[in-house]
Amino acid sequence: MTSLTVLAGPASPADLAAARMQMALSLGWHIVLACLGVGMPALLLFAEWRAVRTGDEDFHRLARRWAKAVGVLFAVGAVSGTILSFEMGLLWPGLMGVYGQVVGLPFALEGIAFFIEAIFLGIWLYAWGRLSPRAHLLSGVPILVAGVASAFFIVSANAWMNQPRGFDLESGRITHVSPWAAMFNPATPPQTLHMILAAFMVSGFGTAGVYAVALLRGHRDRYHRLGFVVPFTMAAVLTPVQIVVGDYAARFLSEYQPAKLAAFEGVYRTGPYAPLSLGGVFVDDRMRYAVEIPSALSLLVGYRPSAVVQGLDRTPPADRPPVTPVHWAFETMVGIGFLLLLLSAWLAWSWWRRRDLPRTPWFLRLAAIAGVLAVVAVEAGWTATEVGRQPWVVYGRMRTLQAVNPVPGLWAGFVVVSLVYVVLTVATVYVLRHMTRGRQVAPQEPVVT
Amino acid sequence: MDAAQALLAAMWLGLTLYALLGGADFGGGVWDLLAGRSRAGMPQRRLIEHSIGPVWEANHVWLIFVLVVLWTGFPLAFASVMSTLYIPLTLAALGIIARGAAFAFRKTSTELWQQRLFGGAFALSSVFTPFFLGTVAGGIASGRVPPGLAAGDLVRSWVNPTSLLGGVLAVGVCAYLAATYLCDDAVRARSPDMAEGFRRRALATAVLVGAVALGGIAVLRWDAPLLFRGLTGRALPLIVASAVLGLVSIALLWWRRYLLVRGTAVLAVAAVMWGWPVAQYPAMLPPSLTYLDAAAQPVVLTTTLAVAAVGALLVLPSIAWLFLLQRRMPYEPERPA
Ligand code: HDD
Ligand code: HEM
Ligand code: HEM
Repeated sequence: MTSLTVLAGPASPADLAAARMQMALSLGWHIVLACLGVGMPALLLFAEWRAVRTGDEDFHRLARRWAKAVGVLFAVGAVSGTILSFEMGLLWPGLMGVYGQVVGLPFALEGIAFFIEAIFLGIWLYAWGRLSPRAHLLSGVPILVAGVASAFFIVSANAWMNQPRGFDLESGRITHVSPWAAMFNPATPPQTLHMILAAFMVSGFGTAGVYAVALLRGHRDRYHRLGFVVPFTMAAVLTPVQIVVGDYAARFLSEYQPAKLAAFEGVYRTGPYAPLSLGGVFVDDRMRYAVEIPSALSLLVGYRPSAVVQGLDRTPPADRPPVTPVHWAFETMVGIGFLLLLLSAWLAWSWWRRRDLPRTPWFLRLAAIAGVLAVVAVEAGWTATEVGRQPWVVYGRMRTLQAVNPVPGLWAGFVVVSLVYVVLTVATVYVLRHMTRGRQVAPQEPVVT
Repeated sequence: MDAAQALLAAMWLGLTLYALLGGADFGGGVWDLLAGRSRAGMPQRRLIEHSIGPVWEANHVWLIFVLVVLWTGFPLAFASVMSTLYIPLTLAALGIIARGAAFAFRKTSTELWQQRLFGGAFALSSVFTPFFLGTVAGGIASGRVPPGLAAGDLVRSWVNPTSLLGGVLAVGVCAYLAATYLCDDAVRARSPDMAEGFRRRALATAVLVGAVALGGIAVLRWDAPLLFRGLTGRALPLIVASAVLGLVSIALLWWRRYLLVRGTAVLAVAAVMWGWPVAQYPAMLPPSLTYLDAAAQPVVLTTTLAVAAVGALLVLPSIAWLFLLQRRMPYEPERPA
């Protein structure tokens, strides 16, 4: 193989920044739809299963409603994901030209998952009423399986960027590739598990939020209550699990990517009795204006106050990630995690005592924004993960600067792409909002009686 | 056959399927654009929607498959193409967003102005996207994409005679395929008038695409001599077969044998598509980078082939079921209230 790095010209810092922002925008956009693509099928299938089993009219209506939204969301998710496949090459040809063969396997497997998802969604949406209820229900199962599988595959590709394995580098050339070792790298278990749970939380809290608004507006019939309780319960059950998994992810970092964890927590000096800093800004190698809980970080990481926590001082200055944004992103995610835990506990308590939702409207008000909060947590988590990996695109192996497309004018591309995303966002929100009010049935959807 | 050849063939099969299935979906958008004013064009637009609604997302995954196989199996070729042809590929990507999203939005919108707006975006991007993808093919085929990161000319690599030819041909082929498929769909929707309309369009595009292709030979001879030599040499049987099948399709259209046309039109397009790699073999990025220079390590190639094989076992029967269900789906000329 001809070596690529020799041929790469330099990219200007402005173009590198544009490429990174474009990638962040496209990924940050796609991930919202992707979460719904992973989580919504579970809700849909549950509602349809109840409807088929018991002939329950309300579950039937819920399934139909959600199906319509999923039809639009999936289309937008699919096209926004396709852009990402292009961007891997358009923006990061230096990465793909060298490492494409190492990390290609999960992408190839993901291609299969996408096929299954798209095909069975087509069948499921359009063959409603043309298959027996049982067959129709079963035709939805591959959507769920493929959705979870695709999240696993794509995140294992990202995990590889954090823990590159499965190849040797001999004088600038890749040798001894082992695609399976690359895919099942040490970062794969914590990252994939955390992401898949996040997808279900976004779907659950997000859907419940829509019905929380309806309940607040006085639509208190069984249909709206079910639309709230079913998705909210799914998300609420997963929230404590997610926090345990998040802790697992942090422990993983302390062992494998200590520089990232140090940036998350704003720790400069390596040593025992490391405090936990809440808030603050990192200037001149120090956290300022932060609320500090003494020794708490050492306790969290090593279970005793004297546990040594590695700080940024062990990493050469040129290899350190930017601390303040990463720290804030991490704290946002963790904060939201605990907020959602409280909300879930509130519902559990009230259900245990009275078999009903909490009486105060404040519960519903908070529940109405829980979906947005879950999305913010996901975006913050990814910002922490990706920015915390900087300046590496492949941790310890390739800098982001070496990966970027050296063509001039990436800025112009970024501006155009951003405009398209603005229009896309407005249109998607508009169409979805009109759908919830709407009376219209999509043209090909047969009216099932 | 070595593993790299096998993977190349699998990738090209994927690209062919994308052209034949996804291409027709784009072509549907082209006819949507030309269907006339809102009210008069309504039945045609509804037929187009009926034909591509359930399948376009699945059809579109073939493109993702091709991209992934290219970057896994031939990373150097992928990096070179994507970096040099940054502009047309970005535009094609944006076209893909606009088309898919607008199509889904139009289907759920209720007001005429919304349907017009989304319909317009859907139809226009259906023309632009294949055009830009065609210019990419032209740039590669005429040897304007050298190996290396952005090693080729950012503009001339796709603004050149062969690329222009590629773009126009791509749009023409999509439109032609869609028109022939829609003839058959219209008959099954019991709408002989519409079938006649699409038959006329299919005939007209067939003649037009044939003429452009013939004229294109002259362009290639002057602008892409290497490709020209391959097409008139080793790939000649495929090119002749395509021309013959094209003529047969015109005759079948004339006699209204729509189901058969579906077959011959598909074969004619597939023959040209395979003519290109055969003509430039073993070059992947002409003139000098061969597929072996660009290929990944053997274990990567065999793993990808194995994944593709397992994938085919899962995906092909599912697609067959989807297409079968779609064919049986009754056509409803009016939106249910
Ligand atoms: C609903 C969303 C959500 C919630 C409530 C949490 N997270 Fe999270 N977190 C994510 C969604 C997320 C994510 C967006 O899915 C990330 C980005 C990358 C990844 O694998 O998952 C992530 C990354 C991520 C990482 C970085 C992994 C890495 O770089 O390898 C750590 C250490 C944590 N999380 C820890 C936590 C802790 C301790 C939480 C406790 C409250 C928590 N997360 C709640
Ligand atoms: C954590 C990150 C990601 C997750 C969980 C995820 C998940 C998904 C899911 C579930 C879908 C199906 C569409 C939908 O339901 O809306 C999808 C679509 C897609 N994603 Fe992502 N994705 C992620 C990131 C990426 C990245 C980084 C890429 C590309 C490099 C990508 C490429 C695609 C493509 C090409 C599609 C369209 C497939 C189709 O046409 O059906 N995704 N993604
Ligand atoms: C879907 C969830 C994801 C989100 C929200 C996300 C977010 C981001 C952000 C914010 C950046 C910019 C980093 C910076 O500016 O410093 C970035 C960069 C990048 N991400 Fe991710 N990421 C996600 C998943 C992935 C996955 C699954 C892959 C690949 C398989 C990936 C590949 C990249 C690449 C190649 C870059 C550019 C290099 C860099 O700046 O680090 N990302 N992403």
